[in-house]
Amino acid sequence: MSADRPESPQSEAQPAQPAKTADPAEAPEPSRWHNVFREITTGNAIISVLAVVLALIVGAVMIAFTNKDVQAASVYFFARPGDMLAAIWDSVAGAYSALFQGSIYNFRRPGFADGIKPFTETLTFATPLIAAGLGVALGFRVGLFNIGGRGQMLIAAALGGWVGFALDLPPVLHMVVALLVGIAGGALWAGIVGLLKARTGAHEVITTIMLNYVAFYLVSYWLREGFLKTPGSNNPKSPATKATAVFPDLLGPEYNLHFGFILVIAATVFAWWLLSRSNLGFKFRAVGENPNAARVAGISVKRMYVYAMLLSGGLIGLAGVNQVLGTTTSGFGAGIDSGIGFDAITVALLGRSRPWGVFIAGILFGAFKAGGFSMQAAEGVPIDIVLVVQSLIVLFIAAPPLVRAIFRLPSPDTVRRATPSVTKEVAAK
Amino acid sequence: MKLELRGITKRFGALVANDHIDLTVEAGEIHALLGENGAGKSTLMNVLYGLYQADGGEILLDDEVQHFAGPGDAMKAGIGMVHQHFMLIPVFTVAENVMLGHESTKAGGVLDLATARTKVREISDRFGFDVDPDALVEELPVGVQQRVEIIKALSRDARVLVFDEPTAVLTPQETDELMSIMRQLKESGTSIVFITHKLREVREVADRITVIRLGKVVGEASPTATNEELATLMVGRAVDLTVDKAPAKAGKPALVVQNLTVLDPLGNIVVDDVSFSVAEGEILAIAGVQGNGQTELTEALLGLQPRVLGEVSLDGKAIRGHSVRKILDVGVGFIPEDRTEDGLVGEFTIAENLMLDRADGAPFVRFGNIQRGALEDFAREKVAEFDVRTQGIDEPVRRLSGGNQQKVVLARELSRDLRLFVAAQPTRGVDVGSIEFIHKRIVATRDAGTPVIVVSTELDEVTALADNIMVMYRGRIVGIVPGDTPRSVLGLMMAGASGGSENPTAPTGEGAAA
Repeated sequence: MSADRPESPQSEAQPAQPAKTADPAEAPEPSRWHNVFREITTGNAIISVLAVVLALIVGAVMIAFTNKDVQAASVYFFARPGDMLAAIWDSVAGAYSALFQGSIYNFRRPGFADGIKPFTETLTFATPLIAAGLGVALGFRVGLFNIGGRGQMLIAAALGGWVGFALDLPPVLHMVVALLVGIAGGALWAGIVGLLKARTGAHEVITTIMLNYVAFYLVSYWLREGFLKTPGSNNPKSPATKATAVFPDLLGPEYNLHFGFILVIAATVFAWWLLSRSNLGFKFRAVGENPNAARVAGISVKRMYVYAMLLSGGLIGLAGVNQVLGTTTSGFGAGIDSGIGFDAITVALLGRSRPWGVFIAGILFGAFKAGGFSMQAAEGVPIDIVLVVQSLIVLFIAAPPLVRAIFRLPSPDTVRRATPSVTKEVAAK
Repeated sequence: MKLELRGITKRFGALVANDHIDLTVEAGEIHALLGENGAGKSTLMNVLYGLYQADGGEILLDDEVQHFAGPGDAMKAGIGMVHQHFMLIPVFTVAENVMLGHESTKAGGVLDLATARTKVREISDRFGFDVDPDALVEELPVGVQQRVEIIKALSRDARVLVFDEPTAVLTPQETDELMSIMRQLKESGTSIVFITHKLREVREVADRITVIRLGKVVGEASPTATNEELATLMVGRAVDLTVDKAPAKAGKPALVVQNLTVLDPLGNIVVDDVSFSVAEGEILAIAGVQGNGQTELTEALLGLQPRVLGEVSLDGKAIRGHSVRKILDVGVGFIPEDRTEDGLVGEFTIAENLMLDRADGAPFVRFGNIQRGALEDFAREKVAEFDVRTQGIDEPVRRLSGGNQQKVVLARELSRDLRLFVAAQPTRGVDVGSIEFIHKRIVATRDAGTPVIVVSTELDEVTALADNIMVMYRGRIVGIVPGDTPRSVLGLMMAGASGGSENPTAPTGEGAAA
């Protein structure tokens, strides 16, 4: 604006305001709260939270509709509407309180040690979800859609599990070797995808899906007549993991929570460090955000794809090993992945591909799993409702404008479109 | 038709893009709307064309208030727009493009192409456009495609024509032809709004000039005003348009390119057997209309093109076929032509973008860890040195203006020890104030003894910076001429006419440095 005014720090701090008044010296300081609010509302974290809220609301409607009492009361709704409303309230409140008591804290049980047990269950369920979620999230940050979690988990579980039941090693060493072999298995299985993409340009969505089938039938075969077969049994199931390789319990035998959870915390810290503090992560993000600029800046995009798939597969492999060394130690079948490889995509999306976001999202999904069972047991709510809620979360996350419209949040688009012209005009002063 | 805008205000959130803008365009007048990128010109025209709804003010045509809900209404009222990027369908013929959107049909829904053809021919004859209604648009030169756009607007009885930066894609000759077309249109009573930031064109053709800055009308000027006066109005302070530079002290040839040929993915030859050299302390400007092989040539030098034949050596060492990483490490600095696509990661902060091509080893990385302290100090220093106007080094570059984004790229590239500096379109989409700064830094780099290549489609820039000018046409070198070659000669060369004294295909190491 005024041409000869010397540049001062204040003038640089104010570009958000220039068009309002002619003289920036008179422009008010942009309100800090305004910026914070904008950051939160237009940022992604709020969308994740609101998506969960919305999904729970829709879930409530479905719980009410599927409830027998509600259906019975609806017949005479116009005669006595109160009955139906009460039935709706009972069914929804009952279902969600069962969900809470099954996943966080059970007030009906005596004492804290018993009451908190559901929460440890939640963490146990969350453990592989977080690990696999981190793997998928890492892929997202590099611009790769790794939906091969299932295959990578199966290979990791098969190899890690084999080390766990077939080898004889001293206690701690046995576990570490099984863990590392499993992680390496997942990494290599995903690494194939990275290599195919770098060398031939094959799209990772296609190759990961196909490798899921390859892994599933390969493991099935190994279980039936390969090196995973239990001698003398016709069940396609592996022998039990040896005690020397099993993850130790964290809170004693009363609880299912095991050492895997500590590993997952470590993995989250690692992913955070990798993505926000290391130069490899820097290159990953550069490739993910703008591969062209990364290439011009001398970053080998192809190499980053391979590295990223290796690391992504390794993290998903951790989830696979966790299954055979921690959760299901009595021998595993070809369904050992229990769909975690796909749930991980949801977890990564809900966590906005940020390591700690994934951690929290993983725990939420762990809570759905733990609470879903008690919801079914206590209230007779079909467990499918929980799956519906999970799916709706993804749906709402995928459609931020929908969530914004429902909650009347300001759209980030107008801000984005306008911002460049603000600074352009400031640059002209 | 007389067009009047009264108090047009358009806000985007807290930003006022147009602040009570008044503009009157008399019938049969060429009214230039002059302003920097982002001053609000395009927003104003989008309001006029019904693409945006104004928050305040009114639009009057022949003193009647208009309400445009969309471009359809504006067209019906007689407003036509010739966009910077043509809105044509390449595989359609001229006539098909012209009738697109208001197709007339015969019985049974059959397209009435004959009417469209007649219309094209009639308009084309009236203004001497020489456009064949049955030609495929994709086969027409850019200048002719623009005429198709004009015909399209006129065929809808446009009485007010808006030209949005029409000369950006034209050769100087085509620009001159466009100017005469605009004068003809004016004679026939059409009102013209001519949006541009090129001062020379404004002075040549405009009857009146309105200057917009920061969303406001800051003044009117007559076409007799000098470039400096107009630039001062645009920028709001005195601007030095001439680049101050001492005569080049050219040293020994540093970059030597011999028989370089580049093939595109389809196997077409896009750079055809070019040979040239750049000496230390010399600026070689590569001039030419967009799309004549300059982009591919610079990318080939950087190792970004996969299929390259011939020899490239820097300081005597062959660099062709090396990876981008290696070429950067030898000391080649590069400003890519499209900074948002190839030069910057929009979501990254300024600091992160400043280390983009130095993500390995010192000074920013130790044992795989990013040295955030070192990076932040460096970023702060560079933001100050290169006068990047920003809220802080943690601001995503996406939010910066074009000029400031370009300064970030420039700061990054000039902070390394350079043995060669390649700047492709260094000032495209950059405001006048930043242009001045960027030009100064480029000349300073030359004066430090670094060989510099500047690729530009703007003749003003070429003549301002170049010690030697290499003109490219259809992938070949038309000639390499001294920096003070007259514009008219350069213009002819850009259209393919060999105007230089040099033999276009001979290795011109000494010739270029002479």
